[in-house]
Amino acid sequence: MIIFSHELRRGRIAFALWTGIIAFMIIVCMALYPEMKEQMSGINDLFANLGSFTAAFGMDQISFGEAMGFYAVECGNILGLGGAFYAALMGITSLAKEEKEHTAEFLLTHPVSRLSVAGQKLAAVFVQILGMNLIAAAVAFGSFQMLGETLKTQEFFLTHAAFLVMQLEIAGICFGISAFIKSSGLGLGLGLAAVFYFLNIIANISDQARILRFITPFAYGEASGIVADARIDMGLLGLGVLYGLAAVLIGIWYYGHKDIAA
Amino acid sequence: MQDIVRTTNLTKYYGKSRGIIDLNLNIREGEIFGFIGPNGAGKSTTERVLLGLVKLTSGHAEIFGRPVGKDNKSILKEVGYLPSEAVFYSGMRVSEVLCLSEKLYGKNCADEREKLCRRFDLDTRRKIGELSLGNRKKVAIVSAFQHDPQLLVLDEPTSGLDPLMQKEFFALVEERHHAGKTIILSSHVLPEIQQHCTRAAILREGRLIACDSVERLAGKQCRKVEIRGISKAPSISGIRETNGEEGRVSFLFEGDMKELILAIKDLPVEDLLITEPDLEEIFLHYYEKGGEQK
Repeated sequence: MIIFSHELRRGRIAFALWTGIIAFMIIVCMALYPEMKEQMSGINDLFANLGSFTAAFGMDQISFGEAMGFYAVECGNILGLGGAFYAALMGITSLAKEEKEHTAEFLLTHPVSRLSVAGQKLAAVFVQILGMNLIAAAVAFGSFQMLGETLKTQEFFLTHAAFLVMQLEIAGICFGISAFIKSSGLGLGLGLAAVFYFLNIIANISDQARILRFITPFAYGEASGIVADARIDMGLLGLGVLYGLAAVLIGIWYYGHKDIAA
Repeated sequence: MQDIVRTTNLTKYYGKSRGIIDLNLNIREGEIFGFIGPNGAGKSTTERVLLGLVKLTSGHAEIFGRPVGKDNKSILKEVGYLPSEAVFYSGMRVSEVLCLSEKLYGKNCADEREKLCRRFDLDTRRKIGELSLGNRKKVAIVSAFQHDPQLLVLDEPTSGLDPLMQKEFFALVEERHHAGKTIILSSHVLPEIQQHCTRAAILREGRLIACDSVERLAGKQCRKVEIRGISKAPSISGIRETNGEEGRVSFLFEGDMKELILAIKDLPVEDLLITEPDLEEIFLHYYEKGGEQK
């Protein structure tokens, strides 16, 4: 567990920053809710006339007038997208960073197997993502309490569970890619998370593009759908877990066999 | 003495690029073994294959009798590696890097670490990112030596070190050598190889072109002869590498010295200089003339 602790230590500033920003944004967003609630009749009419745009963000499925509906769309986007970017960042830099910064030679000339290095690094990525999600969920829960709004426990739990799995999938895919690259891959990781996000928007807008739901993790991680149905699409989630797992296994296999750059 | 490192037809290609080809080596327990060759000759590739950083393409390599690539974890427990470019995690302090290294070796080496840090005048409170090349090299030295490994792989170990630290470093290498440790020393600085190594291998374009004791490589029986007053070398056997110019000739002589003296006694010799050739000249001979490939 030496490398695991080392990774947590190295990632502590990024963890604090991302978690702090996401938590802060959730608080700010929820603080806007009482004002939004008062203007809700007008806003609901406005959203009803936005056509595809309403569907794109899942706003056709829930009511903005309810705290849970507001939370799903507004805060869902913050934690969903922000969390996805953080997960992509953590995953894509995990293995590649050592080669980019030329520290791989130091690490891998110690008596530690590459499987162990990859395993401990992946565990550190997952733990940091889990930690960020727990804090974000706690902040969101606290916001509901402070506003005196009713929290739909099941929907809330399912939403956050879906966010977590979605982020783990993205981190897993990026971790797999990380084994193949020698640069930091930051742009690649963040770009991939953004592409997944937009694929879901396209899938929501066009019936012909529904197939994209089988590719993007945002399809099962869409808070508005989860809150409206009080369920996660387990088929899509299972597919996502499979994608993430496959990427991790391919990445670890390749990392075990690759030549480490000088 | 048993072989600590043994390679058989060791070959490494990076895609289509040549790394090393059919390298057959044996490094014996307790010796200081030198690797000589210019950039790209395959010295670092050989070390990187042995350390498991790159996978061999074909052939076989073993350290401590254990196959490289299959049992790397147990091999690396007894290996200390000093890279030519010492790079560490820039956000960490020297003490943290050295403790991380200690933990990864799973061995308590606090006393040895402290001794080495004092010996090399290394401030362990400083951050890696603030260190000069020389100080980073000192961190690498402590990291490679602190767990008292059986085999030390030293790649261009003195680059970046000032002369005093170079002297201290080789004193440490000699101490470990006398304690029975095996040392692989790769260096561009040929006098370092000549002064400290028992045997050495010369690599050219990925192939081993010579491997022998440093004494033999430097040609103990061979003498460098320089004669002033004549422009052509005498016609006797054992003369090679002749360089003649107006009023001066030099050559390497590997024959009967009496015969040479007899051959020049009637020539208008103004001055005669007979010296041992240094390894650098032998090295250049191997490179300029191609050398014989083993």
